[in-house]
Amino acid sequence: MEYTILILLLPFLSFLVLGLAGMKMSNRLAGTIGTVVLGIVAVASYYTAFDYFAAGRGADGTFPTLMPYNAVWLPISESLHIDMGILLDPISVMMLVVISTVSLMVHIYSFGYMKGERGFQRYYAFLSLFTMSMLGLVVATNIFQMYLFWELVGVSSYLLIGFYYTKKEAIAASKKAFIVTRFADLGFLVGILFYGYYAGTFTFTPQLQMLASAGAMIPLALGLMFIGGAGKSAMFPLHIWLPDAMEGPTPVSALIHAATMVVAGVYLVARMFPLFIGYAPEVLHWVAYVGAFTAFYAASVACVQSDIKRVLAFSTISQIGFMMVGLGVCTSADPHDGGLGYMAGMFHLFTHAMFKALLFLGAGCIIHAVHSNEMSAMGGLRKYMPVTHITFLIACLAISGIPPFSGFFSKDEILTACFAFSPVMGWVMSFIAAMTAFYMFRLYYGIFWGRENKELHARHVPHEAPLSMTVPLIFLALVTCGAGFIPFGEFISSNGQSYTIHLDSQVAITSVCIAVVAIAVATWMYLRERQPVADQLAKTFKGLHRAAYHRFYIDDIYQFVTHKVIFACVSTPIAWFDRHVVDQFMNFLAWCTNASSEEIRSWQSGNVQQYTRVFLGGVLVLVLVLLLI
Amino acid sequence: MRPELSLIAVILLLFFFDLFAKGKARDYFQPLACVLMAVHVLVNVVPSREAFSLFGSMYQYVPMMSIVKTVMAIGTLVVILQASNWLVGDDTRHKQGEFYVLLLSTLLGMNFMISAGNFLMFFIALELASVPMACLVAFDKYKHHSAEAGAKYILSALFSSGLMLYGISMLYGTTGTLYFDDMAARLSGTPLQVMALVFFFSGLGFKISLVPFHLWTADAYQGAPTTVTGYLSVVSKGAAAFTLMVILMKVFAPMVAEWQTVLFWLIIASITIGNLFAIRQQNMKRFLAFSSISQAGYVMLGVIGGNAMGMTSLVFYLLVYLAANLAAFGIVNVIERNSGKLDMDDYNGLYRTNPKLAFLMTLALFSLAGIPPFAGFFSKFFIFMAAFSEGFHLLVVIALLNTIISLYYYLRVVKAMYINPSDAPIATFRSDGYTRLSLVLCMAGVLLLGIASSVYDGIHLFSFGL
Repeated sequence: MEYTILILLLPFLSFLVLGLAGMKMSNRLAGTIGTVVLGIVAVASYYTAFDYFAAGRGADGTFPTLMPYNAVWLPISESLHIDMGILLDPISVMMLVVISTVSLMVHIYSFGYMKGERGFQRYYAFLSLFTMSMLGLVVATNIFQMYLFWELVGVSSYLLIGFYYTKKEAIAASKKAFIVTRFADLGFLVGILFYGYYAGTFTFTPQLQMLASAGAMIPLALGLMFIGGAGKSAMFPLHIWLPDAMEGPTPVSALIHAATMVVAGVYLVARMFPLFIGYAPEVLHWVAYVGAFTAFYAASVACVQSDIKRVLAFSTISQIGFMMVGLGVCTSADPHDGGLGYMAGMFHLFTHAMFKALLFLGAGCIIHAVHSNEMSAMGGLRKYMPVTHITFLIACLAISGIPPFSGFFSKDEILTACFAFSPVMGWVMSFIAAMTAFYMFRLYYGIFWGRENKELHARHVPHEAPLSMTVPLIFLALVTCGAGFIPFGEFISSNGQSYTIHLDSQVAITSVCIAVVAIAVATWMYLRERQPVADQLAKTFKGLHRAAYHRFYIDDIYQFVTHKVIFACVSTPIAWFDRHVVDQFMNFLAWCTNASSEEIRSWQSGNVQQYTRVFLGGVLVLVLVLLLI
Repeated sequence: MRPELSLIAVILLLFFFDLFAKGKARDYFQPLACVLMAVHVLVNVVPSREAFSLFGSMYQYVPMMSIVKTVMAIGTLVVILQASNWLVGDDTRHKQGEFYVLLLSTLLGMNFMISAGNFLMFFIALELASVPMACLVAFDKYKHHSAEAGAKYILSALFSSGLMLYGISMLYGTTGTLYFDDMAARLSGTPLQVMALVFFFSGLGFKISLVPFHLWTADAYQGAPTTVTGYLSVVSKGAAAFTLMVILMKVFAPMVAEWQTVLFWLIIASITIGNLFAIRQQNMKRFLAFSSISQAGYVMLGVIGGNAMGMTSLVFYLLVYLAANLAAFGIVNVIERNSGKLDMDDYNGLYRTNPKLAFLMTLALFSLAGIPPFAGFFSKFFIFMAAFSEGFHLLVVIALLNTIISLYYYLRVVKAMYINPSDAPIATFRSDGYTRLSLVLCMAGVLLLGIASSVYDGIHLFSFGL
């Protein structure tokens, strides 16, 4: 499977070509290059998946782990070295398919969305880089290679979020995303170093006796790595960058939220899953608790936001929380006995990538049509944009967990796994699922039904998006309709053995009922022009509403801690010390050097007799030093 | 004996050419000299791997010596290339032959000095390297500066030779032999021998221009023709440094504590005082003179460890230093020939009129200062590692601190060329082909020697046998 190297090389080449020569090309040519390359990558990824899964299972009933390439890049010691290569196993192959599909859709979609923008070529160059980084991350053969591409993902997301670099908010958002995730990556790096030291390797399959002798250090290393994963996957309280990352172009938001950056943390946990389950199950459960809290927090914030991209952003955070919960509630590697969550989490990652990309791209069409992110500028759009309306509705049904759309199947598996873990967790997650259905339909009605902003629409009639934008929507909608029927457990399960998904009728019925009730409530509250219930509720729980609207003031807490505490109490005195003590000391040293240089000038008199005197004097002093000491 | 024999052949060929060539044929003097030197380098570039001795151990050979001799020959070739635009001048045109013969004689002396196995042989070779050098320094004898420099050089050289001879006689008196191989066993570190060590040391310290034997350096460097200065600062210094290491490791092995103490203090003094003087120089040649004193201190770091890594790093340092320093001197020379200007202030705004030269000068100075990724960084790194691995931690720290000072004065020149404004910058000129070739050679060294790790590894293969 040597051709897999193309999957990494092609986007990188396209980045180089577009980055270096892009300004000399026309927009159309640059976009075509980027899209065609991504198309080839997508085909190569599909072919890889076909090739890999068609080759069948090995003697032990699992799909083999292949490494078409693996070269030692930086040897540190005999056993410890950093490699660069490509690793193929069920989850990495699945991720290749997800990433290249979504990225291809985004590439096509951007043709219409970014039409006429300044820096069109730069945009496509960065898209290529971003895709390449993410692909490199998932096929990493060892944790260090993963870390390198992980940071590349961070850099390219910084470049894309700050794409409109003349806009102040975009710059702030890109910095925020970079700094917050980078801060979390510190934990990741320390975790990797611990891991390398105690497990004696950077690969994912350390020797068992090393692990046994490492004792409590392996859980610590894994916990630290999860901090990095929590940063990238926007887990509470490191989620603050994600809503702001909406400042980038909307297709980029789709890419970041659906398939690339945010699932990196989930992928990391899945990648380290054998170690988590074997040596640190308690850390894994903490992952579940963090995921559950994040899911609840984000869902409650999403219920009151008025910016449609923000609602989607918080829904992403919430859904990532679901995936983390799925992985975290595993108690063994056997899918029949407590290991179902692994498959469920990865399945949800897959389905979510498709319908979340659909939602974001749909939101892009809407923003494109009304030139605003605010729900107040929308309402009643179903008349103007039928394709967007239908596809958006499909995505909303999927995320709410209504059969037969894909989200139902994956979410149902997660809930089953949660109920198996503990009934409390099961009910909590079911409740969050209900909230999901509620806020998604609040959003849906707010955009397509409800109170229409007639004044605005009369001035500028909203129109359906061009074909290059609707085609990806339709494609993704079809995938969303069909993806649930993929026998996912045949490909991916916690111990690699084949696992047949069977719906737990009790859980399925409960979750569907809950979702239907939540949708009904949302319909009752938001379908019509006048929304007395919603307004009344907002008035009654004024404090809570405002707190939720301001995201429970988490950003303000960060602001306070960084500016008022760290900057004022720590940085300012240090800056003073640096300027007045350190710098002055350096100036003093420079002055000393200069002064002594001035002092010894007379030695160089130009007088040969004096030279000989110094010469002889030096010799005699040396002799005396040697003899007397 | 291959290097010596081929060098003698080159000298004789040039000598007879000088005698018999008449009229138009003399125009080919320079190409001939360059080609012969290049042939000499090529003949000797692959060292023979067997160690041997000749003439009853008067002449000794280990492969590393051959490498050093080749490095010196390359340096001389570059100097000859750079000398061309000076030698064709009216004052010197008729005595080109003298220049080549004198220059190559000193090189021959250095070759013998490196391979000497006996103190008499060593002394004769040293004088062969010194006396023609005085003639070279005073080559522009009608110029006041050059004549004065020659006089200062020969007086100082005489004094140091006398002192060294005194030291050698004491060694002979206490051990009864002049052969290197026999002497080591008979040294025991008596006070008289300690004194002899220091006296002997001062003789080579003079050639390497270590503080406090360095005072002639600035005057001689400033007064001598610029190409000769380049030769003095690189080839002469390098040969002496390697010889010093050979003799210290071989002959004075029983007194290792003593000579390490001497080196310890001389290194600190040379690096620091060289730097302190370099800070306030205005004349480019004086500036490079003091910088070369400080560089000599760094070279000695390779000697003080006295191990195989020290030897490799010393030779590597010499090679890298040769490339960077000769590039700097070549540029100073070509600017002096074309505009007559030598002061640092004259270099103001050079970037605007001669951007390529300014850029090459910057690269050379960066390499001298040890800024990565230029070769100078790697050579400094290796030589620091060599001293550090032998436990001279304090010394390495002091040397490192001094690199900061050196950075300041090297960057002064860069600042002058790029930032300082000037009303009358040096006019744009086109340098001659020989100089260009020499600069290309030097820049290849500055850019490639460090990055191509095979060079260091290749030298390291031969660092045995002392």
